[in-house]
Amino acid sequence: MSSWLKVVLIAGCCTAAGSAVADGTRYGYGSTPTQAEIKAWDIDVGPDGKGLPVGQGTATQGEEPYLQYCSACHGEFGEGVGRYPALIGGEDSLDQDRPKKTVGSFWPYATTLWDYINRSMPFGNAQSLEPDQVYAIVAYILNMNDLIEPDTVMDQNSLPRVKMPNRNGFIPDPRPDVHNKACMKNCKDKVEITSQANKLP
Amino acid sequence: MKKYPPAPLNKTNVTTSVTTDPAKRRLFLKSGLLAGAGLVSGSASAASSSNKLLPHWSRHLGPGVASTGYGVPSRFETDVQRKTLDWLRARRESSVSFSPLQSQHGIITPSGLVFERHHAGIADIDPNSHYLLIHGLVERPLKFTLSDLMRFPSVSRIHFLECAANGVLNYPGAQYNSLQFNFGMLSCCEWTGVPLSTLLKEAGVRKPAKWILAEGADAAALTRSIPLDKALDDTLVVYAQNGEMLRPEQGYPMRLLLPGWEGIINVKWLRRLELGDKPWETREETATYTDLMPDGKARQYTFVMETKSVITSPCPENPMAGKGRVSINGLAWSGHGRIKRVDVSVDGGRNWRTARLQGPVQNKSLTRFSMDWDWNGEVALLQSRAIDETGYVQPTMAELRKIRGIRSFYHNNSIQTWLINKNGEVENVQLA
Ligand code: HEC
Repeated sequence: MSSWLKVVLIAGCCTAAGSAVADGTRYGYGSTPTQAEIKAWDIDVGPDGKGLPVGQGTATQGEEPYLQYCSACHGEFGEGVGRYPALIGGEDSLDQDRPKKTVGSFWPYATTLWDYINRSMPFGNAQSLEPDQVYAIVAYILNMNDLIEPDTVMDQNSLPRVKMPNRNGFIPDPRPDVHNKACMKNCKDKVEITSQANKLP
Repeated sequence: MKKYPPAPLNKTNVTTSVTTDPAKRRLFLKSGLLAGAGLVSGSASAASSSNKLLPHWSRHLGPGVASTGYGVPSRFETDVQRKTLDWLRARRESSVSFSPLQSQHGIITPSGLVFERHHAGIADIDPNSHYLLIHGLVERPLKFTLSDLMRFPSVSRIHFLECAANGVLNYPGAQYNSLQFNFGMLSCCEWTGVPLSTLLKEAGVRKPAKWILAEGADAAALTRSIPLDKALDDTLVVYAQNGEMLRPEQGYPMRLLLPGWEGIINVKWLRRLELGDKPWETREETATYTDLMPDGKARQYTFVMETKSVITSPCPENPMAGKGRVSINGLAWSGHGRIKRVDVSVDGGRNWRTARLQGPVQNKSLTRFSMDWDWNGEVALLQSRAIDETGYVQPTMAELRKIRGIRSFYHNNSIQTWLINKNGEVENVQLA
């Protein structure tokens, strides 16, 4: 065996614990994360509740942390301050002229609320809440939307079972849905301007 | 009429400040004779010159090499800026800036002008404290540092990137006289990185896996579910852009690139990929980035940015230079593949002529088109219509609205109309 080949083989044996190239189809780069490293980042919650941590909370318990951490932007009643999003309202508005898409009127899964708040709220101090606080705040928002009672306990089992009003409001992408023809000559009789910009950016 | 450089529409909303170093400019002035006024106005006069037609830069030394270690544009180009509208969102950390397409030449957007869309501001990541974790339904969970990624054979591809909401301001009707604000959530770069399929082969995909959750390391921990088919097809994990490492606002040190798919799914500051058997229904694929139809149902997982084009000159920011021969110039792109043809109309879509495609015509990339036109100084209505290699023809706004109503505002790929006024000004209008 030539000496350079020996060097390569020795190097190959010691890189990337657990991912050594067995059959020559892999490069063997990267390294193996510890279980603790995976667990620290694995924060996602699926629609079936998979990923929800142990913990619990009720709307009654959620009032205080909501007022402390959330209401400055989302309003005391979830109505939204200024351009910050509202967290309530809009029932039966989705097919109306001014649809209002909120947690109550639009979100299909309560688990998404838990996941989103846990990973990104309060805005500017993300991932600072304890699981019990997130459960309680989620319960508070669901209760503001009349979806659960003030003392309904939200936990790993009950949260995925909350019936969201718009649970069946989503359909898969049907595009291409518009079928224009590439007409070249005399394609229309008249040309009518229906709107004209009047603003400079 | 048109002069170069063009006067800005207005000066507010400029997101970044002028980068020319004033100290250096002063130095240059001192070394450059008495005619400081000539410098400032950019005129070619030079008082002390015996030859009045000789500009000062033709007589005196300019700054030496490496006077700027990283070069910046000419100080006469400082109006070329990304811009935002402050009323759009509650905060700039969760808002968008628009690329100045009216000043883009060719198909590549300079890295510093690529549009921005953040959900929790620009993460300032030390690459030595960052890695990409791949786990879930895999044989071997793995983590890859930036150096690990750079060991793989690299691929470089030119692809456009467009926000799903590009064109949102035009949805309720023509509002803003601007190319930048109606089309500027669009950019095109050369991206360099590793095919995601290569990384997934390292980790070994386990049978039931059908979807991948991609997560950013920013304070939004932004997440989207990606079908495994796309991940194995042409998806890249990229670390470089236009020949240099990614800009922080584009996801430094690593981001996803899913060619032809809506911007939001090209997760920036990528830190984690988890393989699973179904989508996660994250907020960014339920509450937002779904298309509300007239019956109140919302379309979900509308990934592809369909065929689209726009005339970039003339446009409101680039008015007509005068009567006579005009080169109508624009951009076309398709998330389904290559652009096959672009037609141009000057009479509001009554009659069309096929434009020239200026190569290279690449897959899921911006493509330039142009057409010569003899303008007689009369009012005209300019449109462009792109057709891609699948035969899909870009629709009119009226056709889109007929099916999608007026409350669906993402994925607007409709034909744009520019009204040319007799005085050469260009306005944004919509037709019946
Ligand atoms: C400093 C202001 C601020 C605070 C405090 C704040 N949020 Fe938010 N919140 C925002 C902004 C801004 C967004 C929109 C972010 C985006 O779209 O990227 C948002 C979005 C949301 C949404 C999604 C709304 C929708 O319909 O899409 C929810 C739910 C939410 N916040 C819950 C909370 C909760 C719960 C708290 C307290 C723990 C909280 N927020 C604290 C600013 C804030």
